[in-house]
Amino acid sequence: MSTTLWIILWSAVLTYLTRVGGHLVLSRFLTVHPRVEAGLDAVPAAVLTTLVAPAAMTAGPLEWVALAVAALMSLRFGMLPLFLVAGGVLIVGRQVLG
Amino acid sequence: MSAEAVPETTTASQFWSGARVGLPVVVASAPFAFLFGIIAVDNGFSVAEATLMSAAVFGGASQMVGLELFGHHIAPWLVVMSIFAVNFRHVLYSAALGRRISHWPALQQALGFFFLTDPQYAEAERKGEAGQRVGFAWYMGMALAIYVPWVIESGLGAFFGNLIPDPHSIGLDFLLPIYFLGLVMSFRKRANWLPVVAISAVASIIAINTVGSPWHVTIGAAAGVAFAAIFPPRGRVEIEP
Repeated sequence: MSTTLWIILWSAVLTYLTRVGGHLVLSRFLTVHPRVEAGLDAVPAAVLTTLVAPAAMTAGPLEWVALAVAALMSLRFGMLPLFLVAGGVLIVGRQVLG
Repeated sequence: MSAEAVPETTTASQFWSGARVGLPVVVASAPFAFLFGIIAVDNGFSVAEATLMSAAVFGGASQMVGLELFGHHIAPWLVVMSIFAVNFRHVLYSAALGRRISHWPALQQALGFFFLTDPQYAEAERKGEAGQRVGFAWYMGMALAIYVPWVIESGLGAFFGNLIPDPHSIGLDFLLPIYFLGLVMSFRKRANWLPVVAISAVASIIAINTVGSPWHVTIGAAAGVAFAAIFPPRGRVEIEP
């Protein structure tokens, strides 16, 4: 089997475990320790930030503008308009600037 | 009409009422399903592999994270662990949903948990909190309404992604960071959000320049999570057994 296939299958198995595991494991405890809860709560934002920050550091002015537009859009709009507008800025910018 | 027809009609109507709840999610997630497919083939996935990943993982943000890391030729187990980390939030949804569906047979529960996405959790929780029963037919109506288009659109995106001559000109290399920033911003109401993001950002930038990729993901995320655990907000969350 190819590496890609292994990645897909293991990701599927572990993802299913997160979806069923909370019910099977976490629900046996009456309370979740606030530190554990706070740590878990921070996981998505922390992981996703590590995929933005280094990419932003090495990017150029056009990419920075697109990210700034995305950040501003997020204050008022949902994911879809945010992505379409900020992505649009990037694509149009690339066409114009070459 | 026999009396037996009544529950069937009810089941069908519950299924479709669930499907209606899923419809806005279908519209909102469609561009991301296409994007996933396009970026997947750009990173060396086949059309079948891209479709399979959407069908088997069924978690948009984690699939994108997987692609981003896969494209940077990072060790496979780290790609898998990063997908796992992004999906780990489901543990809390799962614990909360479990008590709403405890009246389902075990096999239905096992199937239901597979489809536990963010919107699925939110709508089931809302229905449960309103005092309504979260039924299997309703739940699966919503789940399949989201799942089937997600898989098909991913496959279509991958198919048409093969036809794009110059991925750079349409910004394909930088659309994911924009998408990830949007997700990061969507969590901004959470406790300690700003310090967590700031610490993860700084730590990941230092790590990528010292230890190198892919460890910036692990180190950056660990730094932010550690801060959140060391300085938790006041108040505790209780999960009923």
